[in-house]
Amino acid sequence: MTETIAPIEALKDKGPDKPPRSRWKDVWDQFKKHKGAMFGLGFLMFITLAVLIGPFLWDADPQKIDIRNKNMRPIYTAIWDGDAKVGWNKPLGSDQLGRDQMAQILSGGRASMAVGWAAMVLSLLIGTAIGVAAGFYKKLDGLLMRTTDLFLALPVLPLLLLAVTLFRQPLTSTFGPEGGMFILIVSIIAVTSWMPTARIVRGDVLAIKEREFVLAARSIGTLPGKIIRRHLLPNVLSPILVSAALGLATAIITESALSFLGVGFPSDFPTWGKMLADAVVRMEEYPERVLLPGIAISLTVLSVNYLGDGLRDALDPRIRGR
Amino acid sequence: MLTYAIRRLFLSIPTLLFISFVIFMLLQLAPGDPMAQVPLTVPPEVKQKMREALGVGEPALVQYWKWLVQVFWIEPQVAIDAMFGTNWSEGKQRVISWQTRSPVMDIVIQRIPQTLWVVGVAYVVAILIALPIGIYSAYRQYSVFDQAGTFVTMIGFSIPPFFTGPLLIVIFSVQLGWFPSIYDTTHVVNDWASFKEQLQQMIMPVMVLALQITAMLSRYMRASMLDNLGQDYVRTARAKGLSESAVVLVHVLRNSMIPVVTVIALGIPSIFGGAIITENVFKVNGIGQLLLTWLFANDLPGVMTLTFIFAVLIVLFNLIADILYGLLDPRIRYD
Amino acid sequence: MKLKSLMLGAAASFALAPAAFAERGGDGEVKIIYWQAPSILNPFLSGGTKDVESASMIIEPLARYNEKGELVPWLVNEVPTVANGGVSEDLTSITWKLTPGITWSDGSAFTSADVAFTYEYCSHPEGGCAQLTKFEGVKSVETPDDTTVVITFESPTPNPYGPFVGGESPILQKAQFASCLGAASSTCTEQNFNPIGTGPFVVDEFKPNDVIVMSANQNYRVADKPAFAKVTFKGGGSAAASGTAVMETGEFDYAWNLQLAPDVIAKMQEGGKGTPVAGFGPLLERIMLNNTNPSPDLGPDERSVIRPHPFLSDPAVYKAMSMAIDRPLLVEVGYGQAGRVSCSWVPAPEAFAIDVEGCDVQDIAGANKMLDDAGIVDTDGDGIREKDGVPLSILYQTSTNAVRQDFQALIKEWWGEIGMEVELRNIDGSVFFGGDAGSPDTFQKFYADVEMYANTFNGTDPQAYLGNGLCDKAPRPDSQWQGENISRFCSEEFDALHAKLSATADMAERSRIGKELGTIAFEQGMMIPLVHRGRLSAHSNSLGGVVLNVWDSELWNVADWHRIK
Repeated sequence: MTETIAPIEALKDKGPDKPPRSRWKDVWDQFKKHKGAMFGLGFLMFITLAVLIGPFLWDADPQKIDIRNKNMRPIYTAIWDGDAKVGWNKPLGSDQLGRDQMAQILSGGRASMAVGWAAMVLSLLIGTAIGVAAGFYKKLDGLLMRTTDLFLALPVLPLLLLAVTLFRQPLTSTFGPEGGMFILIVSIIAVTSWMPTARIVRGDVLAIKEREFVLAARSIGTLPGKIIRRHLLPNVLSPILVSAALGLATAIITESALSFLGVGFPSDFPTWGKMLADAVVRMEEYPERVLLPGIAISLTVLSVNYLGDGLRDALDPRIRGR
Repeated sequence: MLTYAIRRLFLSIPTLLFISFVIFMLLQLAPGDPMAQVPLTVPPEVKQKMREALGVGEPALVQYWKWLVQVFWIEPQVAIDAMFGTNWSEGKQRVISWQTRSPVMDIVIQRIPQTLWVVGVAYVVAILIALPIGIYSAYRQYSVFDQAGTFVTMIGFSIPPFFTGPLLIVIFSVQLGWFPSIYDTTHVVNDWASFKEQLQQMIMPVMVLALQITAMLSRYMRASMLDNLGQDYVRTARAKGLSESAVVLVHVLRNSMIPVVTVIALGIPSIFGGAIITENVFKVNGIGQLLLTWLFANDLPGVMTLTFIFAVLIVLFNLIADILYGLLDPRIRYD
Repeated sequence: MKLKSLMLGAAASFALAPAAFAERGGDGEVKIIYWQAPSILNPFLSGGTKDVESASMIIEPLARYNEKGELVPWLVNEVPTVANGGVSEDLTSITWKLTPGITWSDGSAFTSADVAFTYEYCSHPEGGCAQLTKFEGVKSVETPDDTTVVITFESPTPNPYGPFVGGESPILQKAQFASCLGAASSTCTEQNFNPIGTGPFVVDEFKPNDVIVMSANQNYRVADKPAFAKVTFKGGGSAAASGTAVMETGEFDYAWNLQLAPDVIAKMQEGGKGTPVAGFGPLLERIMLNNTNPSPDLGPDERSVIRPHPFLSDPAVYKAMSMAIDRPLLVEVGYGQAGRVSCSWVPAPEAFAIDVEGCDVQDIAGANKMLDDAGIVDTDGDGIREKDGVPLSILYQTSTNAVRQDFQALIKEWWGEIGMEVELRNIDGSVFFGGDAGSPDTFQKFYADVEMYANTFNGTDPQAYLGNGLCDKAPRPDSQWQGENISRFCSEEFDALHAKLSATADMAERSRIGKELGTIAFEQGMMIPLVHRGRLSAHSNSLGGVVLNVWDSELWNVADWHRIK
């Protein structure tokens, strides 16, 4: 009984004449139009590569004390001041114990970026997990959102200081001074910064899960886990990416503030924030020791913020194509 | 709306109790010692006696219960006494700081004026600067002004105050000698000249703080304006022939202000506690500096009470922000 | 009589006023900044230097130490000695005669009852008095009449100048503090914040952890002093900021304890508004050598308890370690003007300090030779020497502090050059010095091979301080890890000599024994002294009369401070 009836001409679909444009290509095209975002992306890639590969190219030990070559100025100082103590062996100068500034900037950047990325990723994971769970499972919603409110009510910087002064010792004795501090700072920043992400994600999930395509997926028997992974997460990606950009910046700044207050990483472990804080007393004689790490922090944060701006514009279909 | 507010208010009590318990247990786990700052020349037996005199050795739950009673029962009595001249609280044990051996609340009240002067003024200044910048940047999106504004606010966002603070001191106090580098908390404003002095000593910390707050607020304002400028009602307003200023400054601004007002309200608790670094750099010795000193001295009653006050303020202003949101935006109904 | 002398004084100062600068309150205001803010004005409830020194402007002891470490009478006419009959021949009692006519700032008379009360206040078992050691060994304090105080000791005390001497042990007013004994002491906020004293200034306003405003004491015993009518005593910030405020912007007149790198101080001095001044007490930065085995393989009650250390007990090892250190460089890097090279456990006063030859030269080659000669050589070719098969690898711990970490880095490098492996560790000061018996990281537990910190003593007599080397003062599990003999040094010769010191009153003999004790400690491996640390403060160029005193409160002579016109 199976007879194939040839469809009439008008009902035949025309094949697409252009290959389909993927969503990500649209996003990228829009993103490219945002000059600040392009600069941000470029600089962030540059700085990440620099701190990753830099220490191999410039292999001076940042902690090596070289008392004979102390207080050297960066090489560019020679342009306006012929008598300045400069040398190619220390292209960015050295500090009061003769430690190489170039090596310190590179390894300090590694620490700052590591703290920033790790704290950001952790905070996103917590925020997204809680947001999705609260939005998707109605039973969990009340409990999880009360928890979120509770964390929002905790004062961040005082709590951060509190936790650092309290738990520094037990953690450093288990994981070593740097490892312990890293775990402490990263986890505290993450634990106190996931709430906005969770709230935004929950809101979006609540709206999306009522949409037809989710209903369709459910009707063909898709398991909840798969619905979340295949249908919900890709659609809440844009708010997540935007909070990611802001989270990275906040984490770097927070770490440097802790270092300034003297409760950050141990003193023989450079980070940008710590270099800046240590050099503030010698700001007039050796401005470069403040400016170099200061500029590094600012440019990184600036580029991440621009990147976030660009992403927001690019990922928002209402703005895209305007 | 009223029932909603009352329900939220009652709900916040267990929340606050829970927060206070969490903070207390955190402090109990602390390995720090209130005697650590006492010099080595004081022998350990004496330090032990001093600890006992402070009540350090008592079980944690007993200490917590005492603290609860002191904060929720005795301190309000003290406040009533101070207002109406009664003497309910006479002879009752208040929350005593380990470091200064004096009631914690007295010191907190002593610190509030300078914190309000500096951080509060910075907040107001920041609002006054941020809103126009945000409005104009959004109205002329991607114009030169917008780009410059974005750049400047980003700089403000990314430069930490412990860098801008000492920089201002070097320029304006050491080189130019215009402003004092150390804030005088005993200064009394009673005439024009003393007001001028107060302005001079406030200007640097206010500048540092306002830069940061402006950066944040103007971003919010711009985003909110952008959202609204693309809405249909704007086109309608323009189509019916309203002047451009009426469209932007009346219709769009009113709607854009809704989320911004709540952001401002949510930021108010940070006026009381957030300026730890700036206060430290300029020696303003407000609440933030107090918390830092107590933390480093392991003064548990002080730290506990202060963090709890912050938590109360945050919960309170969260509530106020939610209610404001409902009042300003008729589309939102709480039930 | 009193009224008359007062009136005479007033008349005299009135008559002299146009000619001389000396007039009470004539020089206006002086501004002092301490980067640690005072939290309480009762030194008996807080051992902190900031609190003791700020209170010393208001309340005073019977006698003080001057800038040379000599005792000077303060509220008495002369310092009692055996020679003038004030100290009994058997050294068990001391009699102070108060200067008649001294009044408290509220106008009431200062009597011996106040002195006796101060003893009662501090020795109360529930009071938690921080200065209890000042009254150690006191049997009773009696007051035969209004101007006589007799202190009786339980045993012969060669140095009876503990109670009521120096800034840590001032006299409180009985009338004011009578209700604050024992457990009540911490509820006496008003008294603790505003003590009535005999000193040159009285408190107008005290904001804890922030600022003290004081004005001249109108009842001060010297008619034309203090020269300043008002004092603003600001606290908080950082050492760098307070140095700037005195030497660069000139906003303040006196900045306390500028723990800053030498080049930073020099740069501030270029500001031209102020001058740094340095003074040297007995504060010594040292590396303590563990005389017991800190190996983590031992159980918690055996670790750092069982003698000897596998290799640090060998004189060749610790002497080589000492020789490898470039002390002048350490001084230059860490302390500048506020540091001196020293190898003496008691670096000051002069009478007790020892000179060690070669202390100020680094001799890496000599150190290497010493180890080679002792047969401690690298046998397995990994660059680290072994003694009896145990490699010379050490754990070197200290508290977290920028200068200490610089020192650690430098010393690690030097010890590396003589074939030792060094692992560095720094611990937060509040834990390291916290004395918590449950924590493995306190300096008393000493779960490391060497550790670095600074220690000192109050006053000028080092007897109790030298007692920190006695065998039975070593921290042990059964003493809850309390005890001052941090290195667990133990020598019969040392103990016997110290017992002899406790029974000797003659100053020359005490000095000889003291030096001998110091030599034993150095030669037999108790510690490696590094730097004799001083106190560096700064005053503005227009502030006169500042005499930096490290033996007592820095503000001991604040009554003599004046404005240079």
